Amino acid sequence: MTFDVARVRADFPILGREINGHPLVYLDSANTSQKPRQVIDAMRDHQERHNGNVSRSVHTLGTESTTAYEAARAKVAAFIGAATPDEVVFTKNSTEAINLVAWTAADFLSLGPGDEIVVSEMEHHSNLVPWQLLCQRTGATLRWFGVTDEGRLDESQLETLVTERTKLVSIVHMSNILGTINDPARIVARAREVGALVLLDCSQSVPHLPVDVAALGADFIAFTGHKMLGPTGIGVLWGRMALLETMPPFLAGGSTIETVTMGGTTFAPPPARFEGGTPPITEAIGLGAAVDYLTALGMENIHRHEQELTAYALKALADVPGLRIFGPATPEGRGGTVSFEVDGVHPHDVGQILDDLGVEVRVGHHCARPVCTRFGVPAMTRASFYLYTTTDDIDALARGLEHVRRVFA
Amino acid sequence: MIDQLYQDIILDHYKHPHGRGLRDPFEGEAHHVNPTCGDEITVRVTSDLSDISYDGVGCSISQASASVLHELLKGRPVPEALRIQEAFLELMQGRGQVEPDEDVLGDGIAFAGVARYPARVKCALLPWMAFKDAAARAGVGVSPEVKA
Repeated sequence: MTFDVARVRADFPILGREINGHPLVYLDSANTSQKPRQVIDAMRDHQERHNGNVSRSVHTLGTESTTAYEAARAKVAAFIGAATPDEVVFTKNSTEAINLVAWTAADFLSLGPGDEIVVSEMEHHSNLVPWQLLCQRTGATLRWFGVTDEGRLDESQLETLVTERTKLVSIVHMSNILGTINDPARIVARAREVGALVLLDCSQSVPHLPVDVAALGADFIAFTGHKMLGPTGIGVLWGRMALLETMPPFLAGGSTIETVTMGGTTFAPPPARFEGGTPPITEAIGLGAAVDYLTALGMENIHRHEQELTAYALKALADVPGLRIFGPATPEGRGGTVSFEVDGVHPHDVGQILDDLGVEVRVGHHCARPVCTRFGVPAMTRASFYLYTTTDDIDALARGLEHVRRVFA
Repeated sequence: MIDQLYQDIILDHYKHPHGRGLRDPFEGEAHHVNPTCGDEITVRVTSDLSDISYDGVGCSISQASASVLHELLKGRPVPEALRIQEAFLELMQGRGQVEPDEDVLGDGIAFAGVARYPARVKCALLPWMAFKDAAARAGVGVSPEVKA
């Protein structure tokens, strides 16, 4: 089946918009994706016809809501190859999913001085700061993989970095700033050797390529709904059930409990143990609809489309004078997220002039300041693609960059 | 509309900044960061404003704004400098509704267009806020009796 991008685009109402008198060219999907009508409709339908609270009502609406909420969990579980839907914990976003592990790890890993947590220089702040805080609280030591000049994870020190002292390795699967897709196989194997757990930040990979948790071999993965056609306010922590069962509640409250007395509380099994309070029900249902949409198109097809776009973009951008691309220079082992600098023009100015032409890109440090520091720049401009992106969009970007160069000539 | 933002005066200050580089002596120094974009600036002042020096990294708006600040405030009597600072703040927070006075703001009037871009007002204000802190640390505008 050929991937029909025009048909896909017809499902996204916002793509018909104009920005500053120009057709919208949306190149900021790594930041947040746009939503197809199918997701918007599923959420509206739930609100208009089925709304009730979950897991506590005997009435019809409550039952319908619970069924829809749990169906969304099952869809997400199938989408990532989880062993059971109960391994899927709904959170607010990836950040909360990672924090859930980082805030309970002191307890379930009995962390203390001498223990080590390993991350990388390539992490989004969300997969760095929670571990810094964990180490501060427990006296454990934070260590990290470096990044090569080509924007790849530097695994040359793997044996000395991941050792018997390592309790957990938390690494990004696909970089939100360099576009690099890391193959975690060697790291996972080394972690197994030394008895460390592995968390993968899949915020940028689950939306764009087939992800199977069994094949990855990790213990936890985190991702977020709004980057994969779903709404904001819903994210996922997947964890192996045997591990989730050993973890204490993170945000305790209603739904997380088994029995409560004034003297103490016993807690529900996962995932309820980690879903305190009324969850984002409509958002979970929206995410379920997004998963249906992606599954119908096929993640392999989406990935292939984005690989073609990436090859096209790397070539088109290389032709812009004075432009330097950060991250892998070829589409192998990288996704459709391309960061660059335009010589002599600050990214803020690049982004502002592109916006004037209807081209929406992200500028700044992309919540990955250590990566900017690594490459010696205060900020970068980033164009990121998705299933609805076309080569015309990339041509518009390249034309816009020529205009940027003229303004600052 | 974009031409109102990137006026020639701003681009000129960006490409040829006035008074750039940190100098001694100074009585007050402040380092400000825009955490959303990573822009940074350090401003140093003497207590009589006979020198205002700065260095930083950032977009054309923030860097040109630092150059204009230097040109407008360096060597000015303190009360006058503080009046100009007030006028610039008022212009930037005026959402494009404030008519700038060229006699007071000089090249600073070029920033009137920036006030229409809420996301960029912070860029223009970054050096001015750093100046405000540096001046406070240097005791600028505080009478000698109070300082003693």
